[in-house]
Amino acid sequence: MRFGVIVFPGSNCDQDCFHALKDVLKQEVDYIWHKDPSISGYDCIILPGGFSYGDYLRTGAIAKFSPVMKSVIREAKKGKPVIGICNGFQILLEAGLLPGAMLRNRNLRFICKYVYVSVENSREPFTKLFSPGDILKIPIAHGEGCYYADKETIKRLERQGQVIFRYCDSKGMSTESANPNGSLGNIAGICNEEGNVLGMMPHPERSSEKVLGSEDGRRIFQSILKEVL
Amino acid sequence: MKQKAKIYITLKKSVLDPQGNTVRHALNSLGFKEVEDVRLGKYMEIKLNSKIKTSIENQIRKMCDKVLVNPVIEEYTYEIEGEK
Repeated sequence: MRFGVIVFPGSNCDQDCFHALKDVLKQEVDYIWHKDPSISGYDCIILPGGFSYGDYLRTGAIAKFSPVMKSVIREAKKGKPVIGICNGFQILLEAGLLPGAMLRNRNLRFICKYVYVSVENSREPFTKLFSPGDILKIPIAHGEGCYYADKETIKRLERQGQVIFRYCDSKGMSTESANPNGSLGNIAGICNEEGNVLGMMPHPERSSEKVLGSEDGRRIFQSILKEVL
Repeated sequence: MKQKAKIYITLKKSVLDPQGNTVRHALNSLGFKEVEDVRLGKYMEIKLNSKIKTSIENQIRKMCDKVLVNPVIEEYTYEIEGEK
């Protein structure tokens, strides 16, 4: 399977994603420079974390106009799996591929730590290998990860099973104290209606090897492999 | 005639503004007990040349809707000033 990791000016998790896919999962991976609009040869597109365009204006607001994003939007609408991690999630929100927006963390701090998230929905292609209720230990690293959408949108996401990950405690309870950033409904990751576009604030690429403290993130990538191959 | 647009962007009333709350607390604790609420936002000045064919207001609204403002969480107002 062939992955494309998009590199925007200011991306900084592109190499981590590349490493996880190439060296850990033994898959074909290429970097795609944001000015290169040709992404049709890839089975799955990754928008990595970082600070594209220095987070100027709003997180992801400038990156959405990068030449590659037109192709990403077109291919995503055709059903290609696209996963946005952290800043990648923010870009997908700004690009309108996922509903809602990100606000400053409730405590106004940049938070970099391991958290627990529960898998809310076992869906193709990203969480096929999980069962609802599975708990993952996976790190977050962001200043603007407080997920917000209007009430109707939140209701629709919940009803249609588009909430994929939720911040929780070590026992899987989505409590207020387990919510690191103030996200509505403890939401840590959502997908589009069709299910082929996933946005998540936690970093699976940073939790794909034992030496990093957790291997839980790797199963998200493995789910994609199982689905597409 | 060159013109200048002043754009004010704030979080919607329905959206929690933790920065504004922090500033309000700071003002209150400095003795400004009359401060009830603070909302933080962005201010932009955009200078425009005279090449605009349609109305300036139209162009400014287009810029706001397309990139400057995220309508999910933000709202905006603007003023247009002439400069001779």
